Amino acid sequence: MSKASPLLEIKQLRRLMVGPVTLSVDAGDCLCISGPSGGGKSLLLRSIADLDPHEGSAWLDGKPATDILPQTWRVQVGMLPPESAWWLPRVRDHFRNGVEVALEHIGLQDAIMDQPVMRLSSGEKQRLALMRLLSNRPRVLLLDEPTANLDPENTQRVESVIAEYRRAHKAAIIWVSHDMAQIERVANRYYELAHGELHSRNIEGQQ
Amino acid sequence: MIELSVIDLALAASLVLLLALVSMRLQSGISHQLLIAAVRTAVQLTLIGLVLKVIFESASLGWVTLLSVVMLLIAGREVMARQERRFTGWWGYAVGTFSMFLSSFAVTVFALIVILGEDPWYTPQYAIPLLGMLLGNTMNGISIAMDRLTHAAWEQRQVIEARLMLGERWDEAIADYRQQAIRSGMIPIINAMAAAGIVSLPGMMTGQILAGAPPVEAVKYQILIMFLIAAGTGLGTLAAVTIGSKHLFDERQRLCLDRLRQP
Repeated sequence: MSKASPLLEIKQLRRLMVGPVTLSVDAGDCLCISGPSGGGKSLLLRSIADLDPHEGSAWLDGKPATDILPQTWRVQVGMLPPESAWWLPRVRDHFRNGVEVALEHIGLQDAIMDQPVMRLSSGEKQRLALMRLLSNRPRVLLLDEPTANLDPENTQRVESVIAEYRRAHKAAIIWVSHDMAQIERVANRYYELAHGELHSRNIEGQQ
Repeated sequence: MIELSVIDLALAASLVLLLALVSMRLQSGISHQLLIAAVRTAVQLTLIGLVLKVIFESASLGWVTLLSVVMLLIAGREVMARQERRFTGWWGYAVGTFSMFLSSFAVTVFALIVILGEDPWYTPQYAIPLLGMLLGNTMNGISIAMDRLTHAAWEQRQVIEARLMLGERWDEAIADYRQQAIRSGMIPIINAMAAAGIVSLPGMMTGQILAGAPPVEAVKYQILIMFLIAAGTGLGTLAAVTIGSKHLFDERQRLCLDRLRQP
């Protein structure tokens, strides 16, 4: 496909009260979305990850989503849900592709990999879920409040790990956040989801 | 064989009545249900006895087929009713009924033609009781397994969707719950086979012995039945869980919980 096509393109996406949403995201973009809770931000991310049936079409690198196997699409357009799920006894069992980023960057020790999931705190699970997602090397990251419930120090670590991944892999990021200060720190584009529609907003302190 | 008179049965019924009276005194609230169930047993079995008498005498393939289909449809309804979160629409009925048809009918026909070899193969004396026992047991296996599967899909949706988000195929994402469902559907017959003769004397064998059959012959029949039931239940459970777990996902491998009924 031509180099002109954006990394991720979405046209006329509709799901329940969300939409129509038309959006195109380039490699290296970090696009933040905020909006009232219950406004459909998670629904929008779920639809982009193709977890819910929806109207409209999507392209990755100019290739229509319908031509891409769903499991391949979800690896390339990887979603981090607000609550992580674990289904095997140990942490390591969930990392089939090894670890992409050194765990110390996110404030965790390597030994945590051999711990039973049951003993993890919710903050550890949240950060490990991000690491697990990154180990899939997605080209687009859909992050649903990845730092909710984290303390400032760990929030900062998560932000820098995501920034590093975005830089190293030229990944695009769609980031749902409530925190204006965070949006100012990480986003180069900012939208508000209100009444099911995305409205482009300026980011304070940026031109 | 000792022929039972109406008085003999009335004596047995008096035991149930006594039980009902006692439980009424204890206000257990179950005596009403107990009496209704007892009456149903008497009426239903008497009716089926008459139907069987007619069908045994006619011995026509048409009547045997008709009765078999009626039995299948009723068993299908029972399987559906026992699932709290069954599939909505006709799927709720079809998955279990089709799986029972596939397994019970195949196993019964196999037993009739290959093992028993009566002429004609559909001789109702053999065909109907065999099919009945198979349907009854397959029904249990399938309804337990499907109930387990749909419950797991509902309760573990976060896990299943997390696995999808990480790029697993639908069959990988549900593999654990599919396995558990199959296991729970087959455990009862495995337990029954393991305990047969030691803990319990199976009903069919006991019935034959009471009716005057030599014990060794009755035992041979019981073993045959156990194997047929195991094969039928296993096949039916596998079929239902395979079809059911596939139907939990759509063509884009999304988990479709809206296909399940809200209890």
